[in-house]
Amino acid sequence: SLRLAAPVWNWGTGSIRGLSRAVDPEGIQRKGRTLFQFLADRFYDVAAVREYLLRKQVLKVHQKNRSFTYIKERYGPFQDKEWMRSSGRGLSFLEFWEFRAVPIEAVDASGCAINYQGLDHLLALKELQSLSLRCCPHVDDWCLSRLHQLADSLQELSLAGCPRISERGLACLHHLWNLRRLDISHLPAVSNPGLTQILVEEMLPNCEVLGAGWAQGLKLGLEEQSQDTASSPIPA
Amino acid sequence: MHVGLTVVTDIQDKIPLREWDGKVSEIKKKIQSVIPGGAWNPLYDTSHLPPEHSDVVIVGGGVLGLSVAYWLKRLEKQRGAIKVLVVERDHTYSQASTVLSVGGIRQQFSLPENIQLSLFSVEFLRNINEYLAVVDDPPLDLQFNPSGYLFLASEKGAATMENNVKVQRWAPGVAPRCCPAARTQRFGEPGRQLRRQAVLSGSSVWLENEGWFDPWSLLQGLRRKVQSMGVLFCQGEVTRASVVPCFVSSSDRMETPSGEEVILKKIHEVHVKVDHSQEYQPVECAIVVNTAGAWSGQIAELAGIGKGPPGTLQGTKLPVEPRKRYVYLWHCPQGPGLEAPLLADPSGAYFRRDGLGNNYLGGCSPTAEEEPDPGNLEVDHDFFQDKVWPLLAQRVPAFETLKVKSAWAGYYDYNTFDQNGVVGPHPLVVNMYFATGFSGHGLQQAPAVGRAVAEMVLEGHFQTIDLSPFLFSRFYLGEKAQEHCII
Repeated sequence: SLRLAAPVWNWGTGSIRGLSRAVDPEGIQRKGRTLFQFLADRFYDVAAVREYLLRKQVLKVHQKNRSFTYIKERYGPFQDKEWMRSSGRGLSFLEFWEFRAVPIEAVDASGCAINYQGLDHLLALKELQSLSLRCCPHVDDWCLSRLHQLADSLQELSLAGCPRISERGLACLHHLWNLRRLDISHLPAVSNPGLTQILVEEMLPNCEVLGAGWAQGLKLGLEEQSQDTASSPIPA
Repeated sequence: MHVGLTVVTDIQDKIPLREWDGKVSEIKKKIQSVIPGGAWNPLYDTSHLPPEHSDVVIVGGGVLGLSVAYWLKRLEKQRGAIKVLVVERDHTYSQASTVLSVGGIRQQFSLPENIQLSLFSVEFLRNINEYLAVVDDPPLDLQFNPSGYLFLASEKGAATMENNVKVQRWAPGVAPRCCPAARTQRFGEPGRQLRRQAVLSGSSVWLENEGWFDPWSLLQGLRRKVQSMGVLFCQGEVTRASVVPCFVSSSDRMETPSGEEVILKKIHEVHVKVDHSQEYQPVECAIVVNTAGAWSGQIAELAGIGKGPPGTLQGTKLPVEPRKRYVYLWHCPQGPGLEAPLLADPSGAYFRRDGLGNNYLGGCSPTAEEEPDPGNLEVDHDFFQDKVWPLLAQRVPAFETLKVKSAWAGYYDYNTFDQNGVVGPHPLVVNMYFATGFSGHGLQQAPAVGRAVAEMVLEGHFQTIDLSPFLFSRFYLGEKAQEHCII
């Protein structure tokens, strides 16, 4: 019975886990199983340690995004046509303090661990004209819905290579009426890049959209169509 | 055991057959009280039955029931302190309101409590992979569309909308925008496509934290997480099984300060009937949580709530009943573009985009005279032709040409009193807690309501969000917590 789910006789829990993993391709989870994972499946205490380690990983990202932290940017803000680059450990709070009165026009946060909370820092920059969030692993659709606060100044935005952005987040970019250049290439979570680019171009008529190219989706369609005509007649 | 067997054969001769079962269970109980440990039934297999003891029994395994289970396990003081059992009669969720819902989440409400509930729920959904992370399992993708809600107001409704926006501005978070008709045009394609009619006098929209998502993923994510936390599931129904009552309770006579006598009841056992069988299992429990959605009224009646002279507290029923609502999916090639929000018209019609292919989902709440019969989930396509389509075409000219692709129906757990949820314990049946009656906005408030009920169960009072206006006693006292912004 379900109540006999003691650590050793974990058949009940094991099969339930198996069901939830049915969505995964089978081999991938099983191959990397270590002794630690084996024990975690059988003992509650080891499972608790694994959950703790997972929570710690998430906390690390939060740490990086908290306010007044040293923002680990590879390239710093744009000031007087000069880019401020950070040293290896990032800009310190004191350096920022010197330039606090200077309006920041461009920020390059590529590859940063910035997330929803971390965007607070960027959204406070009311004169921001160019923002690059290329390949940020934690920027997702929720973050894009916050960008409307920069609608009055933002002219250039790059989201290329962000793994969590999908076409649903791109839909809320319509608030950025001043946007002139938008880069949405190489977004793996977007289901149909060609169609998405067309829809985004319709949504932002004054903006130049760089994407995968609408022809990409078309090519596959043409190949399928030629196979269809070969196999069955198309009704007139 | 040899001694036991001889006693049994002796008794068999002396006692007639219909009392035989009772005697056997008595003897079993006596033996079990001597032998320590769990249920051990050497005579027959009980692995398909729910356990015999559970601290909390949650009736109904939809999003609200699973949310209560999650927060109970998360807020318990010691790991494994509380044993929770979720009883769900249909594990395919074919009629559950959760999965048939359109999946929207908004903060545009008129009651501050509703706004706070939605705000917390949106924060929960945003950080879903921190709350519901299970080691070794892939992260959840809720497919959230942050496109927001756009509520339109006619001249009559403009004043109500202004008031609502003022209430919403008090809530921490992004301020809503209430715009006159001219500025509504600015909200993207749907704004441009809207007919400028004299009746349209304004709109209200939040720019963040509103949109729609996939309720099935949320349900599966919650299910996976609560199972990993040790909550037990059972496929069965809490219903009358022949002569056996489904709630076994005891009553206490108490006196109020004014000398009136009040009878307080406490549920001791819940009888769970197994599917497709006459078998039932009595589950001894301390607390019962009623999250049965559209069927909560029936469960409350089975617990004896509402059995008394009308006008008294004993005679106050739980005013939650199922109401059928239709959702239609259509294709319109010239319809609003990618940025279209969920548009709610003052006439009651609403629609939203679904996917990239110019498909739209929508419907309309029927008036009181048009209420369909909630006996089944059959779809009435004439309702779309006669009622919904004209309203949509009037608001968005592009919808004059559209093609309906499919439709389905689902239940609202409709609170006939004031269309807001019932949360908290019953004043007379002291260990039955409610989390139901949300009349169409239960899915979007489920995480926060689950936390509130868990706090009530564990601490005895609401800690984070005060939901006292949603207690059961308001039905007897006649204090309506009326929500004006219902779709």
